[in-house]
Amino acid sequence: MWCELEQENFFSEFQMEGVSAENNAIYLELTSENLSRALKTAQNARVLKIKLTNKHFPCLTVSIELLSVSSSSRVVTHDIPVKVIPRKLWKDLQEPTVPDADVSIYLPVLKTMKSIVEKMKNISNHLIIEANLNGELNLKIETELVCVTTHFKDLENPPLASENASQDRNSEQMAEVHIDIRKLLQFLAGQQVNPTKATCNIVKNKIVHFDLLHEDVSLQYFIPALS
Amino acid sequence: MKCLVTGSNVKVLGKAVHSLSRIGDELYLEPLEDGLSLRTVNSSRSAYACFLFAPLFFQQYQAATPGQDPLRCKILMKSFLSVFRSLAMLEKTVEKCCISLNGRSSRLVVQLYCKYGVRKTHNLSFQDCESLQAVFDPAVCPHVLCAPARVLGEAVLPFPPALAEVTLGIGRGHRIILRSYQEEAGEGARHGLGQGAEMGWDGAGPRFPPVAVPTDSTVKAMVTEMSIGGEDFQQLQAQEGVAITFCLKEFRGLLSFAESANLSLSIYFDGPGRPAIFAIKDSLLDGHFVLATLSEPDPHPQDLRAPELQQPAPQLQAHSTPHLDDFALDDIDSYMIAMETTVGSEGSRTLPSTSLSPGFQPHCSPGSHSEEEDDTEPSTVPGTPPPKKFRSLFFGSILAPAHSPQGPSPVLAEDSEGEG
Repeated sequence: MWCELEQENFFSEFQMEGVSAENNAIYLELTSENLSRALKTAQNARVLKIKLTNKHFPCLTVSIELLSVSSSSRVVTHDIPVKVIPRKLWKDLQEPTVPDADVSIYLPVLKTMKSIVEKMKNISNHLIIEANLNGELNLKIETELVCVTTHFKDLENPPLASENASQDRNSEQMAEVHIDIRKLLQFLAGQQVNPTKATCNIVKNKIVHFDLLHEDVSLQYFIPALS
Repeated sequence: MKCLVTGSNVKVLGKAVHSLSRIGDELYLEPLEDGLSLRTVNSSRSAYACFLFAPLFFQQYQAATPGQDPLRCKILMKSFLSVFRSLAMLEKTVEKCCISLNGRSSRLVVQLYCKYGVRKTHNLSFQDCESLQAVFDPAVCPHVLCAPARVLGEAVLPFPPALAEVTLGIGRGHRIILRSYQEEAGEGARHGLGQGAEMGWDGAGPRFPPVAVPTDSTVKAMVTEMSIGGEDFQQLQAQEGVAITFCLKEFRGLLSFAESANLSLSIYFDGPGRPAIFAIKDSLLDGHFVLATLSEPDPHPQDLRAPELQQPAPQLQAHSTPHLDDFALDDIDSYMIAMETTVGSEGSRTLPSTSLSPGFQPHCSPGSHSEEEDDTEPSTVPGTPPPKKFRSLFFGSILAPAHSPQGPSPVLAEDSEGEG
């Protein structure tokens, strides 16, 4: 999963000094559950500050001043241990590139998709996603006893980026990929709000790539095909 | 004995049992003149909890049938809790609850009179036992904090439910600080300073237990700290710099009860290693949780400790929780909250001493390393136990009221740690 946030949209103050002028970045590794728990306590925050500190080991210190009914302020501080990733490993952590998609399509309402996939999970772990350039997306599961397919119609397709594509391609032809349903569910379960834009890119039998745009945040999720 | 609880008090009773179940596996039920007492203690005797319900709490309260001695019984917590397990059900459907015990039967009878004429009768087997009391006196503790339970509830909210221990301290400007306490096991753990300049503390700040830093790159846990202004507290009588570490899970037991009853919670404490007393009170009931607190390890040269705050040696150590498997119990004799068990009707609960008395041979888990393993000698006892008091919890209910063991008795077989 790859997510990018423009700092200007979130922080009123932002100071960062990377490793060097040419490599003005810092790569950190941390347990996401810690950060999520720390941020949960910030629901009623007046001010939130995040600092990279060193308290015997590198920490991301999240300091939250809570709104308080009484005259005194309440401050919660979380020190999240992080690992600073050495520069030689940075190349492994770049934004993944996706081969040109065979089909790109806008997703239906995520909540609907989630409830359908949740029910399908009880039948099989193996899900087939297929879509075509005609605005049709199908979710299929097949077992010995039963086959269930949910058809989404009248979805739109984003304009094709690549030039060599459209003319030859039959817009009715489906591109499919077989994936682990649990991974799709993990992704759908994490979506709380409907994104501004949600695109699904399928590379036949290789990978499905979800590209979501919430107002200020871009989120990309890659699920490889089952071998 | 016969007690009849009606209306919303049934749920209150149920909540109290839930709170007690967080501490121990056995419930000691004793009808006293000043009310029905429910008590429990945990297996390592580092936590004691007691609720006393005044006679007015009950629609009908009869401690003992006239002419008979009051009965005391010990019930499996699991059994008693099962009667009150669903608080929602208690609230919605139970109209009356009757707890009765007569000397002839061998069962404690708890009857729930529910709506629509449904009556549920639970016959719980029990054991006769001696009266369980901890020796503690809030009046002796130099430090007191008191706040509405809601404030304390909000204070512990940022901490993960799984967190075992927390350190409570008084910071500069009379702020109350709660910090998650990390139990660092592992070879080669070295002591480091607690949070230093980053947090704005200097030597006058609370002396939090040093953070032991593992030298290998084991998974380090997140440290959370909550700071609240003293103005939110109804009573704050404590020195700046004082801090104690106790079991959060056990504290939450009382806190949830206090929050639901909308009561204020008072914390009476002394220094590290001395038991801390958590108390709630209203006109119909009062509750006390006595929890052992972690004692300080030996002072380290790097510690920024103002000389006047140094603990006098010898240091009484306290193990605050039995939940941590790796924890080496160095001197279990000094970990216990002093307990007193008496035959007969000595019902007084508080005595003027807060002595921690020795009980058993040290029990060390082989191989594990803990920051408390140091060279302090086994605790010195401020005075030998008075003749009538003796340890009985580990010895079962054999009573010899006239004399006490002459010294620490060997532990013949100990229960394994951990509640079921």
